[in-house]
Amino acid sequence: MSVIVVLIAVSVLVAAGFLAAFLWAVKNGQFEDKYTPSVRMLFDDEKIKEKQENK
Amino acid sequence: MEKKNTTNKTDILCYHCGDVCRDESVENGGLHFCCSGCKLVYEILRENDLCKYYELGEKPGITPSVRSKVKYEFLDDEQVKKQVLAFSDGKMSVVTFLIPQMHCSSCIWLLENMHRLDEGVTYSRVDFPKKKATIKFNEEKTSLRKIAELLDSLGYEPSISLDAAEKKIRSDHTKKLYYKIGVAGFCFGNIMLLSFPEYLGLEKLSDPEFHKLFGFLNLLLSLPVFFYSASEYYISAFKGLKNKVINLDFPVFLGILVSFIRSLYEIVFQTGAGYMDSMAGLVFLLLVGKVFQSKTYDSMNFERTYKSYFPLSVTVIKSGTETTIPLEKLKIGDRILIRNNEIIPVDSILFRGDGSIDYSFVTGESSPVPKVLGEIIYAGGRQTGSLIELEVIKNVSQSYLTGLWNNDTFRKEKASSLKTFSDVISKYFTLVTLILAFAGAAYNMQESPDKALNVFTAILIVACPCALALAIPFTFGNIMRIFGRNKFYVKNASVVEYLSRTTSIVFDKTGTLTHSRKSDISFSGKKLSSNELSLVKSLTRQSTHPLSRKIYEYLKNKETLGVTDFTERAGKGISGRIENDFVVIGSEEFAAGMTPEQNGLSLENSSRVYLSVNGESLGYFSVSNSYREGLGETISALEKKYELHLLSGDNESERPFLEKYFRDPLQMYFRQSPENKLKYIKALQNEGSSVLMVGDGLNDAGALKQSDIGISISENVSNFSPACDGILEAERFNKLPDILKLSGDSIKIIITSFAVSFVYNLVALEIAFRGLLEPIIAAVLMPVSSISVVLFSVLLSNFVAKRRGFG
Repeated sequence: MSVIVVLIAVSVLVAAGFLAAFLWAVKNGQFEDKYTPSVRMLFDDEKIKEKQENK
Repeated sequence: MEKKNTTNKTDILCYHCGDVCRDESVENGGLHFCCSGCKLVYEILRENDLCKYYELGEKPGITPSVRSKVKYEFLDDEQVKKQVLAFSDGKMSVVTFLIPQMHCSSCIWLLENMHRLDEGVTYSRVDFPKKKATIKFNEEKTSLRKIAELLDSLGYEPSISLDAAEKKIRSDHTKKLYYKIGVAGFCFGNIMLLSFPEYLGLEKLSDPEFHKLFGFLNLLLSLPVFFYSASEYYISAFKGLKNKVINLDFPVFLGILVSFIRSLYEIVFQTGAGYMDSMAGLVFLLLVGKVFQSKTYDSMNFERTYKSYFPLSVTVIKSGTETTIPLEKLKIGDRILIRNNEIIPVDSILFRGDGSIDYSFVTGESSPVPKVLGEIIYAGGRQTGSLIELEVIKNVSQSYLTGLWNNDTFRKEKASSLKTFSDVISKYFTLVTLILAFAGAAYNMQESPDKALNVFTAILIVACPCALALAIPFTFGNIMRIFGRNKFYVKNASVVEYLSRTTSIVFDKTGTLTHSRKSDISFSGKKLSSNELSLVKSLTRQSTHPLSRKIYEYLKNKETLGVTDFTERAGKGISGRIENDFVVIGSEEFAAGMTPEQNGLSLENSSRVYLSVNGESLGYFSVSNSYREGLGETISALEKKYELHLLSGDNESERPFLEKYFRDPLQMYFRQSPENKLKYIKALQNEGSSVLMVGDGLNDAGALKQSDIGISISENVSNFSPACDGILEAERFNKLPDILKLSGDSIKIIITSFAVSFVYNLVALEIAFRGLLEPIIAAVLMPVSSISVVLFSVLLSNFVAKRRGFG
């Protein structure tokens, strides 16, 4: 039966890990702007061409 | 940003902003532009290889405003810089600009590629919902002013406010709420898990040591919920008690406290498993309700004062040289320069130049007022025409218009004399609960004091007003969202409740009942030929006078021709030569060819614009305000239930027309100053009315603030509107009666939800009364009743809203 004690300790620890992740995310402001990142990820990275002297 | 949707297929659309091009002369490489401003932006972007901007969205551009170059000079001032910058170490600086013009993904892309337009910019990030851009830059390579000017030249005019920092507080508060929910959710889940043996009655089968261990783990997990997550409720309950009000948080506090203490006792003395799961679940759900209710419209600002309208800086002439100084540094006796379309920030005397002041901000009058040398010009007017020089005679905060903000109304928070619905109900609720608890205890006293205490606490736990505490935020929060979807944006959820109590409605006229841009225009006189109309259109195109603009818009489908010898006389009219015709448009005397130097000619109160071609008078255009669609129905729908009043800053010329709509002509007042409006509302409130003010401009600012609920009508919600409780998009004006009805319904929905949960509570109370409250019953009953109340109130409000015609 003592295996349950270990299981419970592990499960609470795992859950505490998720709680810490959530609190960290809130602290970093990840819930403040829920729209812009969804647009930003669609922009392609592109090579910046050297400016030509005569256009 | 809304585009004009009434374009013909044959029209050439501007490649940059998508507006109809008035002529085809502005072009570059086969692409057409509506104006040279748009073309310039295109050229800047093309030169920097940023044409991808046009691929991301369809016609994403914004026509840049044409303004004087010195506008951002004040950003070089060290003191101003300190206020505007978020961070600076002398080399690297960070600034966050509010950019209301931002509207699509192209905007995000361009603003995040600022470093390609200005070498000094090292980083830029956009927060689209808040319409903010955070820019980090190198002070050695660029400056704050240069960045502001760059944004402005691209059409993204940054709106700079010197009294910032108030928004940060709110964001910290939201973060705290999220922390609390996270903690409560974590503890609630784990307590539930550890209580499972209890629910299933397994504790008798298993080792009693586990029973003990689980109990103590539960106790440990409940501590953060009790001491951290629920702390707001204790604070609020005590604040209420201090003010001798039993608010809804008081019975909530009582329920949490009693269930915690009893559970603590049971766990420590091993008499039972306690109700920690119910306690944690309740706190978790209540906090979720709080988040649901606190939906905010980030890009909107409900707290604007005159400072948002006024310029931040002004050009001053000191010993012959022009310098730009921040507005606060302006002193009496200073000479200031005001250019075309700039707002006069302070009461002053006209010193040089032709004044033609558009007071539509202040009074609602749309025609500019001509001013001569030596006349006093009040703050808030907008100069139309040429450059003028003024001498300051009052401080900025003491001026005629700004003095309104010194009124007591603006000093204190808006505190309605009326108690909220929940305050009223929670008083009785608490009383009844306590009576029941004592009665239950007394009834069981004969058996044993132990059982009496047991029953007493059980009743307090069960009767905790979770249903009420959940139904209110979820119903108001949901109704608020429904309003938002229908373009009525309210400041917070309690506005819905106050709306439902309205007894009187006060309207402003100009901009509220009438369109602020559209007008009805008709021509009286000789019938004009198509060619003559073209002449009028060509001439009015040259002028920025509001009446010229209106006539120009009215003649949308006519041709435009080249104009030579164009002259504009402030307050008098315009003239010009088009091919062989000499055209004059303006006041009667001006158009009739009288010398414009004669004084006393004025366009004030007259909305007639006379026309003469080659010296022959042809007649006049009459320009009148155009009323909003559905005004008649809206007014008659409101009239049945509410007392209606009209306060206008305008003259009485429209009285006969409005008398058709307003049943009681005695409640229409014209020529009201902003101060008068405020006093009028106060007087109504003293008679016991709950006043809803519907207005739009700065001249209504005092009335909007004083009223119980102030709604501001706005043609474009990202534009300015004065401090208010709600912003209604102008096209939804006719929804006003439905909005009021729906907010009335919301109270009924809450009462119904409460009645539903009352049935549960009755069952639970009966069990508690007999002292049979098993943990399993409490564990099932609490979440079931809470969740059903939430579902019930949300679904019912959606249903009712649909029936009232809300999408």
